[in-house]
Amino acid sequence: MLRFLLRRLLVAIPTLFLVVTLAFFMMRAAPGSPFDMERKLAPEVERNVMAKYGMNKPLGEQYLNYLKDAVHGDFGPSLKYKDKTVLDVLHENYAVSLKLGLSAILIAAIVGMSLGVIAALRQNKSADYLTMAIAILGVCIPTFVTAPLLVLAFASKLGWVPTAGWNNGALINMILPVTVLALPQIAIISRLTRAGMIEVLRSNYVRTARAKGLSESRIVRKHALRAAILPLVSYLGPACAGLITGSLVVERIFNLPGLGKFFVISALQRDYTVVMGMVIFYAALILILNLVADLLYAVLDPRVRLA
Amino acid sequence: MTATTMIPGSPERAELLKNAVKGRSLWDDARRRLFRNKAAVASMIILGLLVVLAIIGPSLAPFHYDQIRKNDVWMPPLTGGHLLGTDSLGRDLLARLLMGLGVSMAIGVVATLVSLVIGVAWGSIAGFIGGRTDEIMMRIVDTLYSLPFIFFVILLMVTFGRNILLIFVAIGAVEWLTMSRIVRGQTLSLKQKEFVEAARAAGVSQGAIIFRHIVPNLLGVVVVYVTLTIPAVIIAESFLSFLGLGVQPPMASLGTLISAGAQDMELAPWLLIFPSIVMIVTLMCFNFIGDGLRDAIDPKDR
Repeated sequence: MLRFLLRRLLVAIPTLFLVVTLAFFMMRAAPGSPFDMERKLAPEVERNVMAKYGMNKPLGEQYLNYLKDAVHGDFGPSLKYKDKTVLDVLHENYAVSLKLGLSAILIAAIVGMSLGVIAALRQNKSADYLTMAIAILGVCIPTFVTAPLLVLAFASKLGWVPTAGWNNGALINMILPVTVLALPQIAIISRLTRAGMIEVLRSNYVRTARAKGLSESRIVRKHALRAAILPLVSYLGPACAGLITGSLVVERIFNLPGLGKFFVISALQRDYTVVMGMVIFYAALILILNLVADLLYAVLDPRVRLA
Repeated sequence: MTATTMIPGSPERAELLKNAVKGRSLWDDARRRLFRNKAAVASMIILGLLVVLAIIGPSLAPFHYDQIRKNDVWMPPLTGGHLLGTDSLGRDLLARLLMGLGVSMAIGVVATLVSLVIGVAWGSIAGFIGGRTDEIMMRIVDTLYSLPFIFFVILLMVTFGRNILLIFVAIGAVEWLTMSRIVRGQTLSLKQKEFVEAARAAGVSQGAIIFRHIVPNLLGVVVVYVTLTIPAVIIAESFLSFLGLGVQPPMASLGTLISAGAQDMELAPWLLIFPSIVMIVTLMCFNFIGDGLRDAIDPKDR
């Protein structure tokens, strides 16, 4: 286990390094600078500003400096928001995204697993077909289509929920964004659960449990479900990536003050350091979640031997 | 059996050959299974219609997609000769929708081809050569896999301006990873086969074995994956367009139309609803065809 952990961490480091390098040079290759404003800066002022942020040095040197600072956990100051460091910006904006993402994955897990189990137990009956039809819709329809359609129906026409805004995370404001984020995950989780359940229900130990005379509900809860949802654990990483992508859309449509909304704005404004910080943050998050998923899988499934 | 059947060209022999049991190839089997799948067949028909509409529609439509008519703004569907209504500049939605559908599909196909070429070359070379080369090549894929790619595409669009060629390249470059993994796996099992051994024994060069013997046999999995990649690319492009980073006006794609529709949906819901329907139908068709093909070509994977 320890060896596995070390090896994975050793792979994660070059990955992060690659992320930093790519993002750094791509941002710098972009035309325009963070100091472009309505009013053109006087050349000497611009020189001073550039010098202040160390951007007058050769690109290679800037890159090495950035790497050195980043290793020490210093991602520099924001170029657009005076007096704020990148970490401040991340810190101020992550809470909304985190709350949205966690709520969405929690709801997706509960709803998706229930639907999947029901579909598997009623295999090839109407409940199964209905669930799988919903799952196909959920997989096919991207968030940027569901979001405006749901807003149109439930906010504009029916007026049940507000169309946009965060309102300090009031439940009523969260319903639509969380639903939109959760729908594709519900679809995938229900498919995975259904496939897992169908396979497990055919296995020998479930037959043994039946032969022992256990009740069907006990078989499902205690024996089948535990093994059937194992594949879900390894879906944790991709699910997180999906939620992050989704949050870019959802935070924009619902005008929520989260990281996703901030990322696009910062990229367009050429706020180099903030964009870099966010890319590193997201990459690290995905790497860590993938690692956690693998470890969890090994803990839960004694058949898996990590080497 | 009479002796005349042995004579080449005799009518009896022709008759016999006609009635002989025809061998069914793997592809015949696959085709039969595919055509028995109602969802897939229906999807193929609908998608075919959509493709035809996207290609010839714009030249048949009575309005041009960027024809601005100040007197006809916000026309609801079925008024003033506009089947699907008009937008804030009085442009005909049907014309824009047809053209957007064409752009989205073109991007889907071209970017998928990019990913296809890279993925198949990469995966088959890694799988065939094996050993250290394989190890290194697949490590690279693993590393790229764990990048938050959508951010890089966003950065790319911001960095190099928003031209349509770059969208192809950017999305294609992202989508090849899965393709290369699938192809590698398949290659690993193919290279154990006797015909590869025979080719090697006959002195065929490595490159020729890969591209003449391995790659054609990968066709099945590749076809399935291509049908599933096209909708993924369409979604990716629309996603970028939605964020304002994709196709630029006056051109349109399904993504830009949905994005524009979402902004005006209180006033003109049809601008959101029709593009959304077309998008959903297109994506579902591709998905059903992809699933159908997978079941048809690889029945054990059901």
